[in-house]
Amino acid sequence: MTKVTMTINGKSVAGEIEGNTLLSAFLRDDQRLTGTHVGCDTSQCGACVVHVNGRPVKSCTMFAAEAEGAQVSTIEGQANADGSLNVIQQAFQDHHGLQCGFCTPGMVMTTAALLKDNPKPTVDEVREHLEGNICRCTGYHNIVKAIMAASGQDVSAIAAE
Amino acid sequence: MPKDDGIGAATVRREDVRFLTGAGQYTDDIKAYGETAAVFARSTVANGIIKSIDTTAAAAMPGVLAIFTGEDFVEVGGNPAGWLINSRDGTPMHEPKRPVLAHGKVRHVGDAYAAVIAETVEQAKNAAEAIEADIEELEAIVNMKDALAGSNFVHDEIGTNQCFDWGWIEDNREATDAAIKGAHHVTTLELVNNRLVPNAMEPRSSRAEYRAANDEYVLHTTSQNPHLTRLLISAFVLGIPENKLTVIAPDVGGGFGSKIYHYGEEALVLAAAKKLGRPVTWTADRSEAFLTDAHGRDHVTKIELALDEDGNFLAFRTETLANVGAYLSNFATATPTFLHGTLMAGNYTVPNVYVNVKAVFTNTAPVDAYRGAGRPEATYSLERVIDKAAREIGRDPIELRRQNFIKADQYPFASAAGLEYDSGNYDALMDQMEKVADVAGFAERRKASEAKGLLRGFGVNAYIEACGIAPSNLVGVLGSRVGLYDAATVRVNATGNLSVMVGAHSHGQGHETAFPQVVAEMLGIDAAAIDIVHGDTSKIPFGMGTYGSRSLAVCGSAVVRATEKVINKAKKIAAHMLEVSDGDIEFNDGQFSVAGTDKSVSFGDVALKAYIPHEFPLEDIEPGLEETAFYDPANFTYPSGAYCCEVELDPETGKVTVESMTAVDDFGNVINPMIVTGQVHGGLGQGIGQALLENTTYDENGQLLSASYMDYAMPRADDVPFYTVDHSQGNACTHNPLGVKGCGEAGAIGSPPTVVNAVIDAMQSGGKNVTHIDMPVTPHRVWSAMQNA
Repeated sequence: MTKVTMTINGKSVAGEIEGNTLLSAFLRDDQRLTGTHVGCDTSQCGACVVHVNGRPVKSCTMFAAEAEGAQVSTIEGQANADGSLNVIQQAFQDHHGLQCGFCTPGMVMTTAALLKDNPKPTVDEVREHLEGNICRCTGYHNIVKAIMAASGQDVSAIAAE
Repeated sequence: MPKDDGIGAATVRREDVRFLTGAGQYTDDIKAYGETAAVFARSTVANGIIKSIDTTAAAAMPGVLAIFTGEDFVEVGGNPAGWLINSRDGTPMHEPKRPVLAHGKVRHVGDAYAAVIAETVEQAKNAAEAIEADIEELEAIVNMKDALAGSNFVHDEIGTNQCFDWGWIEDNREATDAAIKGAHHVTTLELVNNRLVPNAMEPRSSRAEYRAANDEYVLHTTSQNPHLTRLLISAFVLGIPENKLTVIAPDVGGGFGSKIYHYGEEALVLAAAKKLGRPVTWTADRSEAFLTDAHGRDHVTKIELALDEDGNFLAFRTETLANVGAYLSNFATATPTFLHGTLMAGNYTVPNVYVNVKAVFTNTAPVDAYRGAGRPEATYSLERVIDKAAREIGRDPIELRRQNFIKADQYPFASAAGLEYDSGNYDALMDQMEKVADVAGFAERRKASEAKGLLRGFGVNAYIEACGIAPSNLVGVLGSRVGLYDAATVRVNATGNLSVMVGAHSHGQGHETAFPQVVAEMLGIDAAAIDIVHGDTSKIPFGMGTYGSRSLAVCGSAVVRATEKVINKAKKIAAHMLEVSDGDIEFNDGQFSVAGTDKSVSFGDVALKAYIPHEFPLEDIEPGLEETAFYDPANFTYPSGAYCCEVELDPETGKVTVESMTAVDDFGNVINPMIVTGQVHGGLGQGIGQALLENTTYDENGQLLSASYMDYAMPRADDVPFYTVDHSQGNACTHNPLGVKGCGEAGAIGSPPTVVNAVIDAMQSGGKNVTHIDMPVTPHRVWSAMQNA
């Protein structure tokens, strides 16, 4: 067993883990932060995306021990301080950018990373950036629309409802 | 004035808040003290005899608590087929036993023959690998034609790989043959409806607890229909009394059909939880999902369309081989038959239809309903052969369809495939599609594409489907072993808020938002005061769950009926409170009032009185305000639509890009247009995936070559365009109280032929006389077809 310490959503945590424990398993099973989902085990679907030291990573493909001392952000830490949805979360709700909700945490975390680097992306840039996140429910239309709206851009020309 | 959270409002979804904050509760998120993990040992060969299984070494490994093999389940029942099909000669289909764990033989790669329960998943995985199974590999049966011709059988005891040979409608066979024989023109098309993996993003997961003191079981599982799962486990497989088994489908991350069915893993964790007295959870990894989830489609079809000299359709005749895989999944026999053959008249007045379907066992994963379930296969065959016929006889594909459409004044219309369509207006759908898609401007857009060195194609499609599954009396005659009603309980609480318990299950469809809109509209109260309870058999009435675009049309109708009962009882209470007779009470906007006076009481006042029945006429009215209704539909519902798309095709590489996709659907009345549009979007994404990307490939040894997201091409955000979705042309369903038809599957039904028709049009415009290409239309296939044309 290895001792690991990190900061998750602003809170210091420590755990005793096997060396081969994945970050996704540490978050879900040890920390009981089950908003981070595992959809494919092969780094393809993006349901497990969290931020480590400000960068998006697929937590199913990183050992928890590699996050020693890191700042980790998960979906559970994204809402505003008063508990209300943040700008990205609100845009996903307003534009129906989710259905079953399983890919959604990864979509929100991936969007946050995109908008940090590229605050006003084009539609093509959004679609390109989502190449590592699979959604089976929405056909992506409303996810792309929500991300454009979250970036403060006019989405009225994108088909409604 | 419409309520802002009532019928017709694009209310944002309340369930989104938990999904967006990581607070959803999916099966694998649930953990308690004493948790254990189940891992399955699965066959690596497609067909083999289990000579021996030695678990000695595995049992001694760290953390191992129990090991099960097929021997442990020999005495329990098999997982049954839900629909009994008779062959043309009247003989019943073959229904080989589908055991909890394979016994004697393994029949597909991924077939589980043992399971390990251990303290942790890692320990269980290690032990599963240490199980020594001596399995003698046999020649795999993969190709359907070979399966029918050979003497090597998936199930030796039935002596054939043909499950059934079904004709629909057998009495139409001779007339159809004669119509084709005497026709002015016959167009023939042989096509493959490619095998797909549903790929809900949440892998299947099941978790069981056993409470010895009461001899009770609780199963959390990824199900679209917890009551059906309970019924199958109780009545067919394990024999646990229904009153001792609670099945809970909590938040479920998508289904698309694959989570309708009972799977052996559910039975295994229940048995293991009882043996160990501890919770047992199994969660599939993605490769397990690919190997063991029920797949979809996999039809090989020859279709013929006969026309007279004026282009009138005279007959459709099809011969289909339908792969059912190694075992019959619960609805595997209904999907290629009554969900497919009955739709083979399409939107047309064609007088003769005959469908022959042979279902074939192979050493592959079971195949069952996947979004659309039989109706995409029907639509694809029809709409592809119509396009081919139009080209052969030199007609515009839209005009040829219009000429043969059932007209708006012909409803109810008895189709030549045995259904009675209640309502529709296919010309209006086509008109609207031509308008919103600017079909007239296509020629200009084609020029612009050609200026870039690209070919541009236009594809069109009209579809009808049968949803709102289904009238129990009808499906009973047709072989269904279950009824297909649904149920709702409306519980008005004393303080005036409501809990509505429904048999439908929401795994992305937004029931928690849409169903309250219906009740709020009827009761004149805020939707926020109404909560939906679903997914827990200990809380909800017996309903049949969610598939076949049935939730609103069937369960929503039960909600309406139960709410009507509540209103009727509340009127009696109000009449008592206002000291008038029942007949004098009017109910509007949440107020019970006496006609012609200013006397009234509110809905909340009545609710309180119902639960604090002081000065209450107990001899006439029971206390409380809670009503249940079961609703069994009188007919299927018949959504229909006109779709078109435009593709760009790079002749240098064969790459196809969908530039636009327009879906104009008749869903009848619409409760929440935002949710309806989202459902269509999702179907379109999956349909484009089927048309361009997705394929499930087994090699000749029955090895699944496409068993991960690195091998199976799922549509991603940059594979699809923005869609144009329009449901302005709704014609209310005539036989359910909401006038709704169902919208969940339309996109996946209408889009594949639209895309392929457009690709063929593009190739034709480039001077290549390609008349057929199979899905998925990959760059390699397109390029090859163009080289060979």
